Amino acid sequence: MNTHQTNFVRTTMLSPSAPPILEKGYVAWFRKNLFATPKDAVLTIIAILILAWFLPPMIKWLFIDASWTGGGRGVCATAAQGGSQPEGWSGACWAFVGAKFDQFLFGRYPIDERWRPALVGILFVALLIPMLIPKIPQKGLNAILLFGVLPILSFFLLIGGVLGLPYVETPLWGGLMVTLILSFVGIAVSLPFGIILALGRRSKMPVIRMICTIFIEIVRGIPLITVLFMASVMLPLFLPQGMTVDKFLRALIGVSFFASAYMAEVVRGGLQAIPKGQAEGADSLGLSYWQKMRLIILPQALKLVIPGIVNTFIGLFKDTSLVSIIGMFDLLGIVRQNFSDANWASPVTPLSGLVFAGFTFWLFCFGMSRYSGFMERKLDKGHKR
Amino acid sequence: MTIDATIPPGKDKPTGSILNDPKVRGIIYQAITLLLLVFFIYWVTTNTIENLKRANIASGYGFLNGRAGFDVGQSLIAFTSDSTYGRALVVGFLNTILVAVTGIITATIIGFLVGIGRLSKNWLIAKLSMVYVEVFRNIPPLLVIFFWYSGVLAVLPQPRDSLALPLDMYINNRGLAFPRPVFESGAQFTFYALVIAVIASIFFARYANKKQMETGKRLPVLWTVLGLVIGLPLLTLLATGTPISFDVPIAGKFNLTGGSVVGPEFLSLFLALSFYTASFIAEIVRAGIRGVSHGQSEAAHALGVRPGLTTRLVVVPQAMRIIIPPLTSQYLNLTKNSSLAIAIGYADLVAVGGTILNQTGQAVEIVSIWIIVYLTLSLSTSLFMNWFNAKMALVER
Repeated sequence: MNTHQTNFVRTTMLSPSAPPILEKGYVAWFRKNLFATPKDAVLTIIAILILAWFLPPMIKWLFIDASWTGGGRGVCATAAQGGSQPEGWSGACWAFVGAKFDQFLFGRYPIDERWRPALVGILFVALLIPMLIPKIPQKGLNAILLFGVLPILSFFLLIGGVLGLPYVETPLWGGLMVTLILSFVGIAVSLPFGIILALGRRSKMPVIRMICTIFIEIVRGIPLITVLFMASVMLPLFLPQGMTVDKFLRALIGVSFFASAYMAEVVRGGLQAIPKGQAEGADSLGLSYWQKMRLIILPQALKLVIPGIVNTFIGLFKDTSLVSIIGMFDLLGIVRQNFSDANWASPVTPLSGLVFAGFTFWLFCFGMSRYSGFMERKLDKGHKR
Repeated sequence: MTIDATIPPGKDKPTGSILNDPKVRGIIYQAITLLLLVFFIYWVTTNTIENLKRANIASGYGFLNGRAGFDVGQSLIAFTSDSTYGRALVVGFLNTILVAVTGIITATIIGFLVGIGRLSKNWLIAKLSMVYVEVFRNIPPLLVIFFWYSGVLAVLPQPRDSLALPLDMYINNRGLAFPRPVFESGAQFTFYALVIAVIASIFFARYANKKQMETGKRLPVLWTVLGLVIGLPLLTLLATGTPISFDVPIAGKFNLTGGSVVGPEFLSLFLALSFYTASFIAEIVRAGIRGVSHGQSEAAHALGVRPGLTTRLVVVPQAMRIIIPPLTSQYLNLTKNSSLAIAIGYADLVAVGGTILNQTGQAVEIVSIWIIVYLTLSLSTSLFMNWFNAKMALVER
């Protein structure tokens, strides 16, 4: 019976044949991502042309033609401008940035005392990094050290006048140090004040609600520079005779005011997103107003608005550059002040300094936005189905 | 079941202390806050009055009629150093509006292009747009302003070696020179023709829509409108004997003659604000388009609507609902950021006010003017936004 010839049936599986050349490797990728349609092809060619026009000169200016070392403006100026570079030369003057680097970090802080801001910076980083990594325990202690102990310690360390440390007045402070102090204090002050203002704006008491609303709307409606002007010009008018406020402190007050109003609106957005049942549940458990807010509402609301809070921080960090307009020397201010240094003045110095300052600002802001994205994904997990 | 006999029937109010009544507490808290606030304002006011008296500064807005005594670099209305402080502030306000409006237009165009580019399936375009957004979003606007002002525009050649740009424009370290249109008598007819053409186009578009609703046939709206808006003014221009000509800047031996010039201050502020704000607008546009659920365009495809029409009739109207509220607040931010003009000496409201403040010492009055002007702008914007949100809110069953 069973005499089927099965010799013609293969005993081994045929290996799959290679996909068509147009469907694999670089060719397919190019076809799919760059030349899918005629319109795409045109766009790609335009983009390549723009890059070709723009990228090589930029790389040449930034790296190849740049002068990296040197002790004066000679290395950054052409022969006609009194330097050693050939006619028609243009490149970044990194020698300028290198020579002024310490100033860009610390401003006119006395050279012998610069270990003090450096120590503060090291302590800050040492406390901040464990704060940022979610796996490391003891967050409460860490927060107390970072937001409670460190500011007090830094204050005495930076200003001196105690324990044999020489007194360093604030007009000597400058550079990245001032930018970081302004934004750290602004952030540390604006978060609690913003929460209080937001709660006030949602309060059931009309007087408190009105005061908070008016404050928030006025500060948010005007540019930061007018707030800084108010702090630097009008604050001395408001105080009785003989009572003066340090210029640095005035800028701090202005920046903190401004950031608080923005923070309040972000926090309010979070408060509004919490369902009413949560507050009612807390009420029915007999919690007091502050217990309800601290234990039930705020933890949920703040978690929701972390991206908004970080965006406010980034905005604040960028906005601190405005204090250079009222005569303080933050990073941007000190870079600009050095343009007029006769030892380094040349046509390429301003651009080099600004590129350096821009890169520094960019590094901080980009880092913050990346970290906020990371936290957002991490905290989001509970709600994802 | 036991009944608490300590509370007599008919008297169901709690008998605790009156201090525990939330209403009474609320009133007490508010009274204390108000008292503190009034005291604070009183303290500040008396201090200010005393300080002003000591510095011999008369308060009040009378100084606005005084002679300014300073010149303004760029002005839309006639202004000399003999004009009043009040007029100087008006000049500043107009300059603020000028840079805000031009900046808003450019920022919107760049922002929409980049935002749509980020969603492109074309890898190169998407990456380029992403780099643009990430670079400009994370740099302070003030730094971008200085980048253009002292980094780029200040190192351009002297006027005698001006760089020639297309359309008869020249650029040098004193600014950008461009052809100025000169209107002779009769030019107003071209303008009228343009207005008529626009009105006619609107009516034609409405008529075409109605026709399409009735018959299902679409009239060639785009071509008719283009023909009307371009053709009619052009014909009028030719018919009236071309009364509009251009005063073209000409490169002389030492300087440019003719044409109009905008200074480097305006240029750097305008460029910086446009590029900076565009990066935020791009993100808003991207979020708006992605916010339209995929089912919407799939449904349109299922109904047989072509891809171009799907975008225009289904995706864009719904995306605009998400885009416009944050977009208006970006416009407002751009207007507020234009106050950075003071850093490079462009005569906007804050810069002019700062100069007056230094000359007269009228700090309170100047700051109050700033606050009133900017608050009016921002409050009217938020009124518009509320109206828009109410109008565009999804009407659901």
